[in-house]
Amino acid sequence: MEKYIISALVKNRSGVLARVSSLFGRRGFNIDSLTVSPTTDEAFSRITIVVIGDEYTLEQVLKQMAKLEECVAVSHIEEEDAFCWELVLVKIRGDAAVRESVREICAVYGANVVDSNEKTIIVRMDGTPSHLNTFLSVIHSFDIVESSRTGVTAVHKDAVLK
Amino acid sequence: MKLNGSQILIETLLEQGTDTIFGYPGGAVLNIYDELYKYSDRIRHVLTAHEQGASHAADGYARATGKVGVCLATSGPGATNLVTGIATAYMDSIPMVAITGNVGTSFIGRDSFQEVYIAGITMPITKHNFVVRRIEELADTVRLAFEIAMSGRPGPVLIDIPKDVTAAVCEFEHKPAAQKRPNPKIEQEQIKKMADMINRSERPVIFFGGGVIASGASELLEELIHRADIPACHAMMGIGALRCDDPLNMGMIGMHGWVSAGRAVDKADLLIALGTRFSDRVATKMGDFATGAKIVQVDIDPAEVNKNIAVDHNVIGDARDVLEALLPMIDHADHTPWKQQIETWKTRMDYKPKDDDSVLRPHQLMRKIDELISKDDIIATDVGQHQMWAAQFTGREKPRTFLSSGGLGTMGYGYGAAIGAQVGQPDRKVVHITGDGSFHMNLQEMCTAVSFRLPVITVVVNNSVLGMVRQWQTSFYGQRYSNTDPHRKTDFVKLAEAFGAKGIRCRTLAEFDAAMREALQADGPVIIDAVVDKDERVLPFIPAGQTIRNVVVD
Repeated sequence: MEKYIISALVKNRSGVLARVSSLFGRRGFNIDSLTVSPTTDEAFSRITIVVIGDEYTLEQVLKQMAKLEECVAVSHIEEEDAFCWELVLVKIRGDAAVRESVREICAVYGANVVDSNEKTIIVRMDGTPSHLNTFLSVIHSFDIVESSRTGVTAVHKDAVLK
Repeated sequence: MKLNGSQILIETLLEQGTDTIFGYPGGAVLNIYDELYKYSDRIRHVLTAHEQGASHAADGYARATGKVGVCLATSGPGATNLVTGIATAYMDSIPMVAITGNVGTSFIGRDSFQEVYIAGITMPITKHNFVVRRIEELADTVRLAFEIAMSGRPGPVLIDIPKDVTAAVCEFEHKPAAQKRPNPKIEQEQIKKMADMINRSERPVIFFGGGVIASGASELLEELIHRADIPACHAMMGIGALRCDDPLNMGMIGMHGWVSAGRAVDKADLLIALGTRFSDRVATKMGDFATGAKIVQVDIDPAEVNKNIAVDHNVIGDARDVLEALLPMIDHADHTPWKQQIETWKTRMDYKPKDDDSVLRPHQLMRKIDELISKDDIIATDVGQHQMWAAQFTGREKPRTFLSSGGLGTMGYGYGAAIGAQVGQPDRKVVHITGDGSFHMNLQEMCTAVSFRLPVITVVVNNSVLGMVRQWQTSFYGQRYSNTDPHRKTDFVKLAEAFGAKGIRCRTLAEFDAAMREALQADGPVIIDAVVDKDERVLPFIPAGQTIRNVVVD
């Protein structure tokens, strides 16, 4: 199973996200992450979906998405041809020693400490998905009480989507 | 001019050429019905017994006429009752516009009386749907709904209109009727490659489906098969696209298709698929269909390519456009050895049911219907054994004369569809072939046929059991007939009379012949209770997950 990044430009109408997620549910496509955000043109939104599957899934996702009335453009983004970015917030429980070692790791990986008290420390990290994965695997051994990842957003380096 | 929402709705429907609405009134659509009363000389409303009947009628009307079918229901249960009909139309790519009322905009989201989020419910079974929250959007929404319903691969579109929008007033101006969006442009290189494959093949087979009927390509199909001398077979949805007595028409393939045709597909070196989606009723085993053949797929919907079957070449386009572009590049050919081979399979392997005039054998019953009606007359079926017998033996050979729920397999589809077809084609005979199981699901529509004096002939192929499921239980579940023998005491003749229709019972072929002749003279609906043996089976059949190589013929 592979992960594929799909970028779609959709009309900014109520229910458009429901249409996309309904399509994924109906066809049995697996979503790893999904982000929706406004674009500079308020008539359109950008949906970035990371889908888990094989080449067959990818082909079907692209074709089925393209059939949605409110989908203006949809394409598969290869990670190397695009600028892909996401952000994660992680809350870790631990005493002063633990919090100190978290700070050290953060310094190495370019993550920021955004909050710290006697019981927990919250770190923020943004970067490419693989960069985030590496960081998360390193801090995996700590007592993580909560984490939240935005999901990938991506912009193609040259191709014009719209 | 200033009009209210209900007037705008009807004016824009008239603008699209809509002459008939199938529907059922209710609280949220009171304003619309009030206007329908005033417009009754310009637009006909057919009141059904149940909204499901209205949705199937709109579907049957669309299949029989090629126009967009329109149905109308109130909010809540009215809307949910349309759902099965919308899903049926969606699976078979039938153009339909379903209109639902909803509670007023200020009541939406508060679990108000008869409120349901029908746009959410129908999202996966419509091409698109709309909630019209502002009166200013109504007219263009209706126009766009028609455009979407008939463009590309056709399908149903739903418009949900809150009650206050049907009363609100705004400026309205007529526009020309919505037009189909242009079909995909045909790529000459793709056509050339397809032509080369056809011209080089030795054992070609054409496999066509409902797309040929939707695009009106049957004459071009006939031209192609004769020019290139290619035997053709079809999916159930393709019935009517090709003459039955055409020597190159091998008939239906699939789970209950002809063995010789299935074998031809299995042994072909080239399979040309026209407007068909390789459903699991045809390509019964995933990854094992026409394995010896190169496959070329022609479809208007790119998403159908490589969905169920991996193909070697595809052409995206309307079947008619593709065939028009293709024909000039096709060489005249002669595939006599291949045809002779198929002919041998036909003689040696095809299922030949035995006649018995002393009872009613399903194949004889179906052939009798074909014999007594004209080739322009329409057959609508329900779902089950009778549907397959009808598909095999009623000899429909003109487009839009065989209406059947293919993709969804909706029991209860037939009567509504027959009513819609009869309303749309008043000069043709419409025969509704059903089973006692299917008929029980929506037989209340008899009252509709009576009220509107629709001379639909219903033939209930009555084996007193749920035959198709029972047949599977016979073959694969050790004859444990779980809930397929309901011991119902329904007297269809008395039932017909209770509804104000005519009922006739028959048990032999001669009796059926007489009943049909009488029914064909009637000016209102007739129910023929045609009693058949409960152990009659649909043959041949390919067991689930198997291929034509494991077909059962006795």
